[in-house]
Amino acid sequence: MSGIFLKKINKSFGNTLVLNNVDLEIYEGEFLTLVGPSGCGKSTLLRILAGLESSDSGEVFIGGADMTKVKPADRNLAMVFQSYALYPHLTVSENMLTPLKLRHLSTLERFPLIGPFISREKRNELTERVRKTAKILKLESFLKRKPGQLSGGQRQRAALGRAMVRNPVGFLMDEPLSNLDAALRVHMRSELSELHKALGSTFVYVTHDQAEALTMSNRLAVMMDGNILQLGKPREIYEKPSDIRVAEFIGSPKINIFSCNVIKSNQVEICGFKIQGNFQHFMDKKISIGIRPEHLSLTNDRNCIKGIIKHRENLGSDFFMHVESPNIEKRIILRVSPEEALNLQVDAKFNFNFSQKYALFFNSAGKRVEVFDPNNITNKKIA
Amino acid sequence: MNFSIGQTIKHAILILGALIVIAPFYTMVSYSFKSQREIETGADTGFFGSQEVIIDEFCVHRGQPEREEVKDTLELYPEKTERDVYNILLDEVKKNCTKKPVFFNYQSAFTFAPLLRYLLNGVIVTVSIFLIQVIVALPAAYALAKLRFWGRDFAFSLVLFCLLIPVHAIALPLYIMLAKVGLTNTYAALIIPWTISVFGIFLMRQFFMTVPDDLIDAGRMDGMSEFSIIWKVMLPTAIPALLAFAIFSVVAHWNDYFWPRVVITGERNLFTPPIGMREYRADSDGTFYGPIMAVSTVIVTPLIVAFMLAQKRFIEGITLSGMK
Repeated sequence: MSGIFLKKINKSFGNTLVLNNVDLEIYEGEFLTLVGPSGCGKSTLLRILAGLESSDSGEVFIGGADMTKVKPADRNLAMVFQSYALYPHLTVSENMLTPLKLRHLSTLERFPLIGPFISREKRNELTERVRKTAKILKLESFLKRKPGQLSGGQRQRAALGRAMVRNPVGFLMDEPLSNLDAALRVHMRSELSELHKALGSTFVYVTHDQAEALTMSNRLAVMMDGNILQLGKPREIYEKPSDIRVAEFIGSPKINIFSCNVIKSNQVEICGFKIQGNFQHFMDKKISIGIRPEHLSLTNDRNCIKGIIKHRENLGSDFFMHVESPNIEKRIILRVSPEEALNLQVDAKFNFNFSQKYALFFNSAGKRVEVFDPNNITNKKIA
Repeated sequence: MNFSIGQTIKHAILILGALIVIAPFYTMVSYSFKSQREIETGADTGFFGSQEVIIDEFCVHRGQPEREEVKDTLELYPEKTERDVYNILLDEVKKNCTKKPVFFNYQSAFTFAPLLRYLLNGVIVTVSIFLIQVIVALPAAYALAKLRFWGRDFAFSLVLFCLLIPVHAIALPLYIMLAKVGLTNTYAALIIPWTISVFGIFLMRQFFMTVPDDLIDAGRMDGMSEFSIIWKVMLPTAIPALLAFAIFSVVAHWNDYFWPRVVITGERNLFTPPIGMREYRADSDGTFYGPIMAVSTVIVTPLIVAFMLAQKRFIEGITLSGMK
């Protein structure tokens, strides 16, 4: 019963609609990521969930209780901010103590001078909790330091500590890794995942980085223009994007989109090659085919799609080839192995191909459509 | 060290400016060391003066032998005339009243009028003004910088508008209001008109604009009320700006001559240092420049010391608030 429900959330700032009737259910203990380009409303949704922003309409349920009008502090959610938002004048341990003190000590017990005197036992207990949390996060040696004396990663950990120490129902994270350098970000990714497994509590994570979304989450919600376009497991979203915008947003480098014509009710044509399928609903309409860069393969067969390499990117483990092809206006990106790349210099001409089953079809509204018989998907190459 | 011509000219101009600013202070401190005669003749006796001993006329006047005393002494020395005894006693008094001008000046500064009392009044008034200004300005600045409410921009434009009102323009109505409620000649009259500092609100608002929203949200998530956010989160981060404001506020009200002169009419116990100085002004014996300069030196010293101590953070505060 302690999942989180967001029901029909609407929000606009002035005339701009930021959230458009968003429904979202977050299961207890899951790692759910809200991902989308900047300005898609993901942070606003998180802030509405936290109670820092009020929605124009809609309801928020946490643990089965209606929390729509409840103050942020009383929702028992903890938040980790992009800028960490540690209190700069307090040490790490004081930072971590702050939410505990406000929650577990009465006003009188928090009063300067007499407060510590009458609540010594309680305070010792709270300090002990801080110490335990610090141990989990390997923060013990930094407890007496101020945020200004910590590195980015340590600050990140301190901010996590402040969130963890009070055992919240859920953790809300607003791009917590985007201020870290690349190496540390990758490291913190795995650390966060492990932390989630160890704590078993609900994590709601906001990011614009699809790599973070794919690597860490149990489920991810792809948001665009105030709507959740697709909600599902990372693999599902990568392999079966429901919308062309999702397909383009998730995956790096970007998916290749070819527009092509339906020539018969069971056939489309792409660069002079034909793909068989069930196209009877799309007669005389445009249809787009999406193919991920790793699904395009080089071939020696001269009858395949021709291309000229315009630019090559070396990533060490992979090469990305930016290719121009006759009859296709957009550049195509291919992922090839370093061995294959040896023979492919800029301006080299070559042929490539793809297997039908990897082709994703999108209708003119951008929705993905199934064109193959699900029981009979072949590995057949297009040419 | 290499100085280009441009740098040299720049520094020359700055040094010249510094000299012009320092010159009156130099004269003030120097005069406070010198005797009346040295000051009046303008003799060139250096910064510290000649420190030639002088006879403190006030001291002699106060110590003048009484008739009784002369009579008592006369009994011990029956061979002397009353006149002689009087002169001997007077010489003794004069000997005791002989001192270096620097001691004379600073001693008179504290004895001629209750300077310590004036200084205490100055402290009470400036500290109260500053504290209340902070109590008012911080929540106001926080609301103007960080809260969204209807009419916020209008309220802020009112603040800006109030910055344009010269104090002297509203002095008379203020005085009349205070007089009507019977508050003239009280500390309240010295303090109340300054408790709402629009400059303070403006300065702190500009500073708060630079504080990240996340910090405030973190406070809210941790369970702080808006007021505890102000005092426990915003105030500690705003210390540099607050120090800058403190200097502006304390200097202005410590040195203020105009307003205390308006509302304190006769109640000498409430004199602040600047009006206290009037007590040292010329009387029938002429003006005693030495003691006056000593008083001035005593009055400006606390401010200069405070500025020196806070200088670094003060400049930080000004630059942080974007008012370079």
